[in-house]
Amino acid sequence: MAATAGTVSRASAPERPRPLMQRIGRAVLPAYTGLVVIYLFLPIVVMAVFGFNDIEGRFNFTWQGFTLDHWQNLFNRYPALNQSLLNSLTVGIISTLVATIFGTLIGLALTRYEFRGRTPLNLLIFLPIATPEIVLGASLLAMFVSAGIGRDLTTITIAHIMFNISFVVVTVRARIAGFDRALEEAAMDLGADEWTTFRKVTFPLIFPGILAAALLAFALSIDDFVITQFTAGQTVTFPLWVYGASRIGVPPQVNVMGTLIFFIALVGIVLWVVLQRREMTAVPTTVDH
Amino acid sequence: MPEADVRLDRVTKRFGDFTAVDDLSLTMERGEFFALLGPSGCGKTTTLRMIGGFEEVTAGTVYLGGADVTELPPFKRNVNTVFQNYALFPHLDVYENIAFGLRRRRVPEGEVRAQVKFMLKLVDLPGYEKRRPNQLSGGQQQRVALARALINSPQVLLLDEPLGALDLKLRKQMQVELKRIQSEIGITFIFVTHDQEEAMTMSDRIAVMREGRIEQLGRPEELYERPASSFVAGFLGVSNLLDGEVVGRHGELVDVQLGDGTLVRAPAAASNGDTHVRVGVRPEKLRVTSSHTEAPRSVEDTNALEGTVLDASYIGVSTQYIVQTADGHKLTVYAQNLETSGASEALADGQTVQLTWRPQHTFVIARTDRDVDATPQYEEGQVPS
Ligand SMILES: Nc1ncnc2c1ncn2[C@@H]1O[C@H](COP(=O)(O)OP(=O)(O)O)[C@@H](O)[C@H]1O
Ligand SMILES: [Mg+2]
Repeated sequence: MAATAGTVSRASAPERPRPLMQRIGRAVLPAYTGLVVIYLFLPIVVMAVFGFNDIEGRFNFTWQGFTLDHWQNLFNRYPALNQSLLNSLTVGIISTLVATIFGTLIGLALTRYEFRGRTPLNLLIFLPIATPEIVLGASLLAMFVSAGIGRDLTTITIAHIMFNISFVVVTVRARIAGFDRALEEAAMDLGADEWTTFRKVTFPLIFPGILAAALLAFALSIDDFVITQFTAGQTVTFPLWVYGASRIGVPPQVNVMGTLIFFIALVGIVLWVVLQRREMTAVPTTVDH
Repeated sequence: MPEADVRLDRVTKRFGDFTAVDDLSLTMERGEFFALLGPSGCGKTTTLRMIGGFEEVTAGTVYLGGADVTELPPFKRNVNTVFQNYALFPHLDVYENIAFGLRRRRVPEGEVRAQVKFMLKLVDLPGYEKRRPNQLSGGQQQRVALARALINSPQVLLLDEPLGALDLKLRKQMQVELKRIQSEIGITFIFVTHDQEEAMTMSDRIAVMREGRIEQLGRPEELYERPASSFVAGFLGVSNLLDGEVVGRHGELVDVQLGDGTLVRAPAAASNGDTHVRVGVRPEKLRVTSSHTEAPRSVEDTNALEGTVLDASYIGVSTQYIVQTADGHKLTVYAQNLETSGASEALADGQTVQLTWRPQHTFVIARTDRDVDATPQYEEGQVPS
């Protein structure tokens, strides 16, 4: 490169200046990173800040003054909002639990066992991820209606479990694929039966993958709008309530709840990172052979 | 008759159409250091895994200490394994790795502590309790794997190329260590390796495997001095093989006529009654002398062949010659540098020489089709270091 040519003649100087491209890179990279971070977090900051906005009237669009009122009266003003949040948490927790258990088992089966239909299943598991949500939602609605099933919290939960399973399988499968089967054989060699081997060796080692999958599933469920809209019937979840309220003005309580959900997610992610870290120091040094 | 510790009775293992272990019968005696030796892919690991219970047998029976264990899962067999890549539990520290087996048997904590301590001392790693496996070197991981297996006082210890991942110096050191530990605790070791030197230096007995079968079984010196096939001869060191016909017998010796008409003598017992044979002699058993300095000796007590030196390479302790016989065979000779010192005193390329050796040092193997394709692979390039 042209920039490096200049450095050759100065090679004997005590401290060689870095090549130009490198110097530009050193300046640009932090700026670029900073911009991306701002781009990602600005909406969240705005959301959190407007949770403290002392608004007049219904609209929470312009800054009018600081108040803790919305935090203090988080659950006192809009019973329907409370109910919708409760619904979302219920669906989120149940669908995450069920999808994580089933998804982990499917992930194990897909990586562990040779069986007829394994290859197609490996691809089919991607379908719910790849299919546009709107299509999934519409067909779920058609299915529930034609089967004569009334839509309520149960149908929402069923729908969420469905798409969450795919995400869990994909996440957990990646983790299990890097798992050394010899570790399980070693456990059995040392007297552990299948169940003990799973408890003492397999599970602890794939746990970070399972936790990541569960976090992802919960995050996907708690703010799902499209599929929920089709399968909710008269039931209102948090995203549905916010969407409905947006036409008449979203109350700052929504910002506060959003901020809380964000921090709960943050705690989960930090927990996961800590686990990963701990594990990084425990990855076996692979010896070739 | 020593007690049988492990017995394989006509064991076969097939993966689909492929037969990895083929109708194999084998008995390992209590307390012996037994090696399964063979080239990569010959079925050593599969055999070991069937003893450990990790691979179902397709046919045949596996006995441990007289009891049929063919159907038992690994955790119900009183054997332990040192895996090829150690397979230490990455989420547990050294202490918990070693204690794993005792915990499964709910041994009280105090005893666990004492035994782990004893084991760490045995494998020369005291003070390493709190380390994680990835904080250990290859050799240390290997020792932990050994301690983790031995703490369960197994009847038999299975080792699958345990030294394969170590560098040469460490490997030599661990060979000595393993031998020491084995004689200290006195249990049967079954050791898989593709390294003939390792097998020879460590084992009481060696089974040479080839394509899922036992090619020859015996003590190291038996295999080396009296290989039963070209394959064994070639796999355990360098050998010179010459085709011939048995044409006569003189007491303990038989006369074998080589392709060029030369008569050589070999122990009659080795010829096994075959007429189409192949005679072999190890490179270090050959004496090379320049033809004009010494008259040919009588065939009675010495075998002799004429040849020309194709190549002489000085390798310190010895000089290696490649000598071509009149009918084109190339023979390898290791001449100890007892009196010579340096390449200048070696015989020169192109010089006519005489090769002599004692009939007792000749081995005879039957000529079969199987040998023809196997020999060239191992004849050259396997110089014991
Ligand atoms: N699980 C398996 N499936 C199919 N073939 C296998 C399997 N395990 C081993 N083999 C085959 O069996 C043969 C013997 O393997 P192995 O016992 O590992 O050989 P070695 O340890 O002597 O190198 C090899 O050709 C190998 O490819
Ligand atoms: Mg192997």
